[in-house]
Amino acid sequence: MANIPADLKYTKEHEWAKREGDKVRVGITHFAQEQLGDVVFVELPKVGTKVTSHKTFGVVESVKAVSDLYAPISGEVLETNTALTKTPELVNRDPYGQGWMLVVKASSAGDWDQLLTAQQYEQFVADGAH
Amino acid sequence: MVPFGGWEMPVQYTGIIEEHRTVRSAVGLFDVSHMGEFEVTGAQALTALQVLTTNDVGALEIGQVQYSLLCVPDGGIVDDLTLYRLGAERFMLTVNAANIDKDWAWVTEQSRQFRGAAWRNISADTALIAVQGPKAEALVGRLADCDVAAIGYYRFRSGHVAGAQTVISRTGYTGEDGFELYLPARDAMRVWRALLDRGAADGVAPIGLGARDTLRLEMRYALYGNDIDETTNPIEAGLGWVVKAAKGEFTGRDAIEKVRVAGPRRKLVGIEMADRAVARHGYLVVKDSHTLGVVTSGSYGPSVDKSIALAYVEAPHAAVGADLGVDIRGQARPARVVKTPFHPSRVKK
Repeated sequence: MANIPADLKYTKEHEWAKREGDKVRVGITHFAQEQLGDVVFVELPKVGTKVTSHKTFGVVESVKAVSDLYAPISGEVLETNTALTKTPELVNRDPYGQGWMLVVKASSAGDWDQLLTAQQYEQFVADGAH
Repeated sequence: MVPFGGWEMPVQYTGIIEEHRTVRSAVGLFDVSHMGEFEVTGAQALTALQVLTTNDVGALEIGQVQYSLLCVPDGGIVDDLTLYRLGAERFMLTVNAANIDKDWAWVTEQSRQFRGAAWRNISADTALIAVQGPKAEALVGRLADCDVAAIGYYRFRSGHVAGAQTVISRTGYTGEDGFELYLPARDAMRVWRALLDRGAADGVAPIGLGARDTLRLEMRYALYGNDIDETTNPIEAGLGWVVKAAKGEFTGRDAIEKVRVAGPRRKLVGIEMADRAVARHGYLVVKDSHTLGVVTSGSYGPSVDKSIALAYVEAPHAAVGADLGVDIRGQARPARVVKTPFHPSRVKK
């Protein structure tokens, strides 16, 4: 059942992080979008903003609920997914692909090692600790 | 599953937006058996109801349904309900699940003076299945032993659906054509399955509380506990059309008429957000850093493809076209008062 790509890292708040050279791409997991249901709005920071690991960087709203987004790593926002303004449902349809949210230039290499591996995240979800 | 009015209810089966679209384009089934039903009978049943409820029960024919309110003397709303005239001296009231105990205490206490009115709480034995959508008539027609197409809007008749004794009522909470089926609780599972079975070709699907809320919100139908309660007056809620002062004395009449004559201080209005951020219950309506009101219901409206809300707004700012803001997470996001319903109603008039 679990849709948790092995090559990504994860937070306990259900964000994923993908290393792309010295940049990190960020989104929310399949599990997160499933729990939220239909996503109708995503509020993201502006390019150039500094985000801090474990701190909120934005908000995702579904019909049911509003939920904070937490930065997996600290750094500067290089890109945001502007397609989500018009088509927030991409987060449901393709959470690890077209539903990405940020690209961040990591300011501290140490953050990456603090993140959960796919296996750890899978265990975390399986334990129902959400 | 979430707790709702003392019941465990599914928010969604497959997804709120998908379920919403099913009802608008085909037909959906709602298990709303949590709703309460009271029966009142006797020579004074009509008199008791005239005092208890705001609409004119005298104008209600046998076989007809009426939307109405129970109010306290200061005009606050105890509950909103539908009233069925089953016979000359026999009526049924459908009330909100969360209010069953409160309503029961209220109606029995208030009508104690009417000895010829006997109340019965039939909520536990009564199941209620709403069948809503443009294909509802065909589906219910296939399973009923009577001509359901002949039932007019806010009318009902008794018949059998999938063999179960049913009150077939052309009412609903979605803005689509459809029926609400009152039947014995013991038959509910069987009828539910029959509707799913016989509606498969129509694309029938079960619909959860989430889509029930987005569907009613697009119609501006009030939700008790969100948009109306004992602190809200029917006039400010836009429900003056079910308050019939001319019928004579009833509980809340003077207070409500005072507001009607003076004009309400605030009004429940439809609001459309400029972007897709959702204005949720309790968020403040603002303008130039002044608070003008409060949001009572809000969601993404799948059929209007916009973020929409209902809010109480100070009367001078409540006109259609007024530009306002809604404070969402500390930021005043642009919004506008719009005409309601947000989406055109397609009920059979």
